[in-house]
Amino acid sequence: MSLLAVSNLAKRYRRGGKPFAAVDDISFEIGPAETLALAGPSGSGKSTIAKLVLRLIEPDAGRIDFEGGDFLALSGAALRTRRARLQMVFQDPLAAFNPRATVARVLDDPLRIYNIASRAERPRRIAALLERVGLDTSLAARAIHEISGGQRQRVAIARAIATRPSLIVLDEAVSALDVSVRGQILELLLDLQRQERIAYLFISHDLGVIRAVAHRVVILDAGRIAESGDARAVIADPQSAVGKALVAATPKLVRTSQDAS
Amino acid sequence: MTVLLSIRDLVIAYRRDGIEVPALKGVSLEVLAGERLAIIGESGSGKSTLALAVAGLLARGARVGGTIGWLLPASAGAKAPLSVLPDISPSRGEIGNSGAGSLLATSKIGEGGDHSVISPLEGEMSGRTERGAKDRQPSALATSQPRLGRDIGFVFQDPSSSLDPVIPIGKQIAEVARTHLDLTWPDAYTKAKTLLERVHLPNPDATLRAYPHQLSGGQKQRVAIAAAIAAAPKLLIADEATSAIDTIVQAEIVALIRRLVAEDGMTLIFISHDIALATTLADRIAVLRHGELVELGEARQIIEAPRHAYTRALLDAHLGLDAKPLLDRQGASA
Repeated sequence: MSLLAVSNLAKRYRRGGKPFAAVDDISFEIGPAETLALAGPSGSGKSTIAKLVLRLIEPDAGRIDFEGGDFLALSGAALRTRRARLQMVFQDPLAAFNPRATVARVLDDPLRIYNIASRAERPRRIAALLERVGLDTSLAARAIHEISGGQRQRVAIARAIATRPSLIVLDEAVSALDVSVRGQILELLLDLQRQERIAYLFISHDLGVIRAVAHRVVILDAGRIAESGDARAVIADPQSAVGKALVAATPKLVRTSQDAS
Repeated sequence: MTVLLSIRDLVIAYRRDGIEVPALKGVSLEVLAGERLAIIGESGSGKSTLALAVAGLLARGARVGGTIGWLLPASAGAKAPLSVLPDISPSRGEIGNSGAGSLLATSKIGEGGDHSVISPLEGEMSGRTERGAKDRQPSALATSQPRLGRDIGFVFQDPSSSLDPVIPIGKQIAEVARTHLDLTWPDAYTKAKTLLERVHLPNPDATLRAYPHQLSGGQKQRVAIAAAIAAAPKLLIADEATSAIDTIVQAEIVALIRRLVAEDGMTLIFISHDIALATTLADRIAVLRHGELVELGEARQIIEAPRHAYTRALLDAHLGLDAKPLLDRQGASA
């Protein structure tokens, strides 16, 4: 059974006075502990779909089922409860956090808001979350703006998993990281997926990253699905024009004599 | 090949909250006339600082030591005299003028292996703003000191912040041509239209009158490139110029830069965090880490036989379309 099922989703905006479809007739499913990637050029609808799934914006048409229920029908307390199971990590954690807040404060918020741990228990839970994402517990007292970009993205992941979600939307979550740090963050995400059975909606413009971590991929073009399927199969042999263009445009590192391991 | 630019023991440090933070710790390299040199590195490697130093765009208050010696090709002046960037405090005499044809640093800041920085930048830095450029006599100084806009074109990562939002595209490009080529406004506009055609913007006449917000990110970057090459500079510096745009547009912009550099015989310094992207464009690659040059070589040698462990680590961290998926390395999860 699918964890998330999106059916015939549509969202229209007005641009220059004319309506245009940011996304149109989008359907896909994600199973438990599965990674589905959304790929496509700028303006293809990737981030609009993320916002719709998170209900940061409401669709003009379509249906979203999450954990077996009509997600769009939820409101009030029921929506808040369900939202704890659906988390997000964005490209720039500095923009997502109050930069002057401490790491502890950032992690305290979800534990308090969702009533996950009592005030007395929270420091211990915060320490456990930091350890889970590979950070030293002494980092708790540091301000968000003082720590490195990689550490900040680990804190963002720690905050996301604080509410024990079944699905995390990762919107270009590793795009701004240095390649050495990026590899570590991807490993962490895969480890969490295996241990906690978390599913990911993984949005990226980078087919190399998608191929490394995603089970399946949906390639978008101008708000519509151009093609979808097994991530490696689609990237190895794209059928759509935009899929072919994305593969062709990905910089190749041609190493003839060396093992790329 | 002729050396266009000789960088010796370049040391740059910024002040942050009263603390001096080193950005470059004694970098030496030569840029050859007509080559495409990629400078790659991760954040904090100093790659952008190096680009800004070459262009004379360092923030006021940056401490600078070492030399950047220029050998402008003969077409820029009669004798191709040696010159030094105004920003490297020429008054303090870090570099000697050895006459045409060779580079010779006579005295420099930070002797030998000692990278102590003793040359704070003081006062107004010249030669970089439009106003500063206009204030000069166009012919006398022009042959000796490279000027941003005329001798050096610079393309930044974010075209939205390098274009003025309230000035039409055509005027922004024409202004560069007028300032540096001494053209009349009508001639400068004609030049601007030609440049828009050269960077493959559709409907150049309409684009001349358009404002930056009416264009896409990729189109804005094409405009920024048109402005950068308007005065036919010898050196084009692209600092993460394709990092903020999607993969397909990135490939188009890289192809455009390659074509323009070839057609105009420009030298290219291409700053990137992406080693694979760098190899699609560069003849040579310089790898920077923590403000130091760890490796410099032919692009093919860098990717096929890297000498430095850090270069190998960068190559291994690249997730290409042929790399083994991380999913497999860990054992499939779902």
